[in-house]
Amino acid sequence: MDYYLQILTNVGIFITLTLSLNLINGYCGQFSLGHAGFWGVGAYASAVYGVFFALPIDPALNMVIALAIGFSAAALCGLLIGIPCLRLKGDYLAIATIGFSEILRIIIMNTESVGGPRGFTAIPKWTNSWWVWGVALAVTIFMLHLKRSAFGRAIISIREDEIAAETMGVNLFRYKLFSFIIGAGIAGMAGSLVAHDQQFLHPNNFNFMWSVCILVMVILGGQGSVTGSIVGAVILTVLPEILKLIGSDVSTWRVSIYAALMIILMLTRPQGIFGPYELFEKKKLQKGSA
Amino acid sequence: MSQDTIYFLWDCLQYLINGIAQGSLYAIVALGYTMVYGIIRLVNFAHGEFLMLGAFCGYFALKFNLPMPVAIIASMLGAGITALIVERLIYRPIRNEGRIPALITAIGASLFFQYTGQLVFGADPKTVPPVFKEVLWSFGEINVSNIQVFIFILTLFILFFLWWLTHFTKIGVAMRATSFNLKAAELMGINTNRIIAFTFFLGASLAGLAGILMGYTMSVEPMMGMSLGLKAFVAAVVGGIGIIPGAALGGFILGIAENMVAGLYKSSFRDGVSFFILIIILLIKPSGILGKNVKEKV
Repeated sequence: MDYYLQILTNVGIFITLTLSLNLINGYCGQFSLGHAGFWGVGAYASAVYGVFFALPIDPALNMVIALAIGFSAAALCGLLIGIPCLRLKGDYLAIATIGFSEILRIIIMNTESVGGPRGFTAIPKWTNSWWVWGVALAVTIFMLHLKRSAFGRAIISIREDEIAAETMGVNLFRYKLFSFIIGAGIAGMAGSLVAHDQQFLHPNNFNFMWSVCILVMVILGGQGSVTGSIVGAVILTVLPEILKLIGSDVSTWRVSIYAALMIILMLTRPQGIFGPYELFEKKKLQKGSA
Repeated sequence: MSQDTIYFLWDCLQYLINGIAQGSLYAIVALGYTMVYGIIRLVNFAHGEFLMLGAFCGYFALKFNLPMPVAIIASMLGAGITALIVERLIYRPIRNEGRIPALITAIGASLFFQYTGQLVFGADPKTVPPVFKEVLWSFGEINVSNIQVFIFILTLFILFFLWWLTHFTKIGVAMRATSFNLKAAELMGINTNRIIAFTFFLGASLAGLAGILMGYTMSVEPMMGMSLGLKAFVAAVVGGIGIIPGAALGGFILGIAENMVAGLYKSSFRDGVSFFILIIILLIKPSGILGKNVKEKV
């Protein structure tokens, strides 16, 4: 039973992560490849709070504080990284974000007080599946509303055509930076959920590989689609477990299968399962806009 | 000068030499990156994996007691042919889909080779049987090995060869034309598909060469391409991506900086240095040290 509960918790965490990356990659069209870095910063920041500064109050209250700390720490990193990086475009942005997330990981790796390369242990257990799914639900509702807000439309216009958006009065840099900060912050919240759920963190759990995994989830579902992100996260979290049930031989091929899936998806359906659309959404803007 | 200062300077000189030797390898890999990027604007993430496959080809050749030159040719051909297959099956269909789908596909290809490689070859690092006898020459307090000198001279030779190829041969001129404007080159009667395939082959065979040299100085393992590929890409961007001398310059800068930091400060920060340099360069001059700024047109 615990095993299935753990899978369920992981699904919730990855839904949160995928939605947060979807804000940056899908809505705003800024190709970030360093999302695991923000996840790690959030995780480590809230773990530091849990281990060194925890207040003697109810765990639930402490968890709220931890989530807030995870959010702020990752959002701050998002701000610091976003200001220089978001002047870049396309592949350059992707490489710069990889660079920053690797630097963050190396800094954590070299900080002895958080365990360094041995990992960070004895983090208090404050969360359970309810918390994880609560956060995932809240983020889902937030993202659905965001898509229809003025802010959402502005960042989607940046994705469609930067120059046209700028001509229409969208402050490119400010909107990009905002979506970057919020996306990073939400990833940080997912980090603090991981920290207080698994009670152990290792810098290698936040390496480039995981940034790619989150990215594949977003792409599989369809960039810019909330439904797609959720479906992508569910499929790619549950699929390896099913592979494990079928036989251990298959599960060793997990990443190879992921990679092949990525390539085949790009060759056959580059827009993902849902494209930019939601599950129950009328495609009314189809006709006029080419 | 005190005794300590003198020893410090000797140390610096030693790190500089080690850095140049390592930078030569980065430069060879970065050249392939930069050529492929120059011609189709694709960040070929799988470049490091071509290097890894080349290294394995060379490793198996040496295992079967073949001489070193044969092993080098085997690794170059192995990497080059893999690149041709990958280009034909994956990159060519996706070429016109835009840059981000192509980038994602490249990441997919890279991961596929890494993890399939781990399953096929085993994840443990393999030591290449020593064929050369390593000779150390001492000058005062510093040591230079014959392998370091060989790698450095080889890099200079490759640079010269590429300069000759792109300026004085028909296929080289066609390569430059294709990278300048693919459509116009096509209209001038250049078979651009063939030129792109040739560029992939050339770049990957250089990666294979670097792979066997790398494997020879350290070890051969399926994940060796990942960090090396990223660093070579950083080198290419630092020097100005798409520019052949820039890639070499970037490689040397990176190699020297890494060895300086690892030697004088902390070796665990070695991998961070390259990304740090990358970010500094991207902030100051995104087109790289030797690059020209290109304005975006509507």
